[in-house]
Parts: sequence; C-alpha cells; structure tokens
Amino acid sequence: MSLIKTDKLSFDYIRRDEEGNVEAIVRAVDEVSLDIEQGDFIAILGHNGSGKSTFSKHLNAILMPTEGTVWVDGKDTGDSDNLWAIRETAGMVFQNPDNQIIGQIVEEDVGFGPENLGVETKEIWQRVEESLKAVGMWEYRKHSPNKLSGGQKQRVSIAGVLAMHPKCIVLDEPTAMLDPNGRYEVIRAARALNEVEKVTVILITHYMEEVIFADKVFVMDKGHIAMQGTPREIFSRVEELKAIHLDVPQVTMLAHELKKRGLNIPDGILTTEELVEALKKIR
Amino acid sequence: MLRDITLGQYYQADSVLHRLDPRVKLIGTIAYIIALFMCTNVWGYLAVTVFLCSIIVISKVPVKFMLKGMKAILFLIIITVCFNMFMTQGEVLVSFWRLKITKEGLIVAAKMAIRLSYLIIGSSLMTLTTTPNQLTDGLEKLLGPLKKIHMPVHEIAMMMSIALRFIPILMEETDKIMKAQMARGANFDTGNIFQKAKSLVPLLVPLFISAFRRANDLAMAMEARCYKGGESRTKMKPLKYQGRDIAGYLILVGFVAAVVATRWIP
Repeated sequence: MSLIKTDKLSFDYIRRDEEGNVEAIVRAVDEVSLDIEQGDFIAILGHNGSGKSTFSKHLNAILMPTEGTVWVDGKDTGDSDNLWAIRETAGMVFQNPDNQIIGQIVEEDVGFGPENLGVETKEIWQRVEESLKAVGMWEYRKHSPNKLSGGQKQRVSIAGVLAMHPKCIVLDEPTAMLDPNGRYEVIRAARALNEVEKVTVILITHYMEEVIFADKVFVMDKGHIAMQGTPREIFSRVEELKAIHLDVPQVTMLAHELKKRGLNIPDGILTTEELVEALKKIR
Repeated sequence: MLRDITLGQYYQADSVLHRLDPRVKLIGTIAYIIALFMCTNVWGYLAVTVFLCSIIVISKVPVKFMLKGMKAILFLIIITVCFNMFMTQGEVLVSFWRLKITKEGLIVAAKMAIRLSYLIIGSSLMTLTTTPNQLTDGLEKLLGPLKKIHMPVHEIAMMMSIALRFIPILMEETDKIMKAQMARGANFDTGNIFQKAKSLVPLLVPLFISAFRRANDLAMAMEARCYKGGESRTKMKPLKYQGRDIAGYLILVGFVAAVVATRWIP
C-alpha cells in the first residue's frame, strides 16, 4: 500500500458570526484523491488560496477531513487513536521559521520531538547529532536560534522533524519567507534527505524552480488537483499553467516562446543546460 | 542588535558555581535568605559576610555585575533606612526640628540596609550563574511533587521557557512596528504622560495581534511534533546530582547551622 492515500478528501472552512451561526462555508479542498509512494519526492504546486496548505495539514492530522478519508501509512487520520502514530510517521515543517522553533539552543530544539516521543536520553543525543549533520547544521548546535539566518532556521526545523525518524516529511512552503540563498539551502537539504536518508518528501510551494527535482508534481487550483505528472510533463503545458496563475521557470518559458515562433525545441525544458543542448541540435 | 540581548542577567564564566545543579542553587538561595533573617548579632552577620564573599570569589563573576542589581533597590534601601532611623524609639543621639535620631534606630537601620543589600547580592548571584533554561528546569524538578495536587508544574515551566525564547523576537517586532509607525508620522516621544500612553496604542494593537498569531503557529508546530504535555516525556538533558552538588548541600547545611549557632553567642 502507498504511504499516503487520500480518497475524495474535502475540507470546508466554516466562518461563524458572534452567536455561532454559520455565516459562510468556504470549500478549501475539494474531492482530492491521490497516492504518494514511499521514497518519492513529491511537489504540490498552487498559487495563493489554491488549498495546498490546507491539504498538507491533513497529512499529519492537524486538520481532519470534512468529507473523504486520508490514510497515512495505512492509518485513517479521522480515528483519534491514530493521532500520535500519524504525527510520528509524517513530520511537518511550517512556513515561518521563528514560530516553530521551541528550544533556546539549536540542539535543544532538535531534541524536542524525540523528548515528546519518550526516547531514551542517550538515543536523543544520537538522533540530534545525526539530524543536525544531515542538514549541515552540526557546527551551530550550541547557538541560539535567534542568531541564525532564515535558511539556517528552516534547516534546524527540518532537523527537528528528522530526529523523530518520520517516514515522510511535509514541508509547507518552507521557503516562502526566505531570501534566494536561504531557499537554495533549504531545498538542497530537502533533496539530500530524500536521496540519502530515503525519507519521503512532500514539498508544498509556489516557486516553480523548486519543483523541477521532484519525482511527481501535483498542481492544485481552487481546491482541485488540476494537473499531475512529472515536472517535464507539467511544464510542457505552459498555457494551462498560465491559466491558473502559475509561472513556469524562465528557461521553460523561453523555450516555449521559441517553439511557438517555429524553432524545433522539445516540450518541457527544465534547465539552462537542456535548452543549450536543444539549441545546439538545431544549428 | 536587539537579538543579542541576554535575558535575565546570565554571566558566562567557567566556575564550580556555574556547573552546580540549578536545584542546589535555588534551594541554596532560599536557605541563604532564611539564614540572613535569622541573624541576631554581629557574629551572625560576620558568618553571612564570610559565606557571601567566598561565594562571590568562587563564582568568578565581576563584583560590578552584582552592584548593578543594587542600583535598582537603592531608593528602597534609603527609604527603609530613613524610616528606621527616625521612627525607632530609644536613646536620643541627635535631634533637630521634630526629628530624632536614636541609637536603637541607627542599629536597626544599619541591620536593615545590610540585610537588603545582602539579599539582592545573594539572589543576583544565582541568576548570574544560572541560565534561564537551567532555572526553569530546576524549578520544574523541584516543584515536581506538587503535580500530585494537580499543579500544572510542567506546563508552567514550559510557558516560562517559551516566554524566554520569544521575548527577543517580540522586542525586535516592537522595534519594527515602531519604525513603521514613525515612518508614517507617528510620534512616541513628545507630549505629557497621557499623550505618550495614548501614542502607544497603535504600537500595542499590532503587537498583540502578531503575538497571538505566533502563539497559534507555535502551538500547531508543537502538536505536529507530538507534544502532548509532560506525561511520558523524556529529557534530553536530565538533571542528575553529581558529587559537587552533594558537597554543595553539605556546605549549605553547615552554613545555616553556623548562623543558627551564632544566636547563642552573647
């Protein structure tokens, strides 16, 4: 069975007035069914308000589906007995690095998760060391998180989740508040986890450049899955992406425009090197 | 940089006192304060002074850091001294207008001044040699037995450490909001006290909103990391008594006994 499976998952935000009467119901996620296999690097794309963050919060039972079901590692998230097991299986990194670091020293923050799981003191230290080394923050273990850069803070947050030994890490727009350098650091750390530690990574983002390494991309729009496929398949459909207010990476756009003007270039160019190769062939 | 401020007033140094278990230091401070108020004669004060001086030497903290804490209560000491000096009845030494300074008054005032300043120096020694984190850990462990009567000890300790973590962040945020408001013509510095207080409203409102948002985010992040309260939680840095901590307790017992003993010295 796949690691994560959702079946017709829907979620409503209900706004109530002061007396508690329902004022408005907003359907944030609408009948999403998908499968995520163990070991994959998955990207979920979507512009603001597409429901991607709401969807991601279902993956470790922070939100419960209004309709439909989510299974994480075969466990139904709607069953409250499964709550802690699910959160142990699927870790989560949030957008704002300042608001998710609990410890006053880097190593204490990474130890927070294992402490909650009731891991032995000696093993906590082992896990902290492994996790900090995996994200390249071991030298900063004695620092105060307040003195780190945004990218470093997010890597500490990733280490904090990693120390809980999850099967899967959900990164909910981890780079939205970072500068380009920090974004690069975080994405590199996430890819390393996937390739070296074999952790399933689910990256929620609206930056196109970050998804080109993914094994599979889901594009969300208005709560639905609008497209799914490999990055190459997705980026071949430039016009459709534009219709749902998503940009494609610059090279892909350039290749697309050149093709429209009659040059013989394949669809779904993802990197500058690929475009260079394609252009060389034409000459 | 606002983010560089150290909370409490921890002074980084490598001394036995710094390495001592926070529980020993907490209990020690309480024992010290009790001993201080049990002194009845010169010998008692002498014992306390010797103890305090040796602790200061051991701590390797410069004396001026301790005197800093004194500044805050200087006013309080002056008032106490004045009241004791003039209000105590007894053998009149000097008198002018309607005020009389008595011999007994002078003695009581001197005793009060010594007690208050020793109290401040002693307790600031504890905060100077213990990180806020160790303090909360120590408190949690010491108050542990109160869990039996349903005191949320772990929760209180957790709140304290989260507050400590977020104070610098919120201070930076205050600074940011203040600058943003100033850029749009807000004035925080002029006017009388009421106008100043009123000008803080546009600062406090966004600060509160952001603090609540942060609290919400943090709660979600903690839950996502399986935080479920103090039950069945293990510690990354558990407090364990070492040889030096036992020695510390023994010295404390000796000190209190010595001070109590001075009460029988005429």
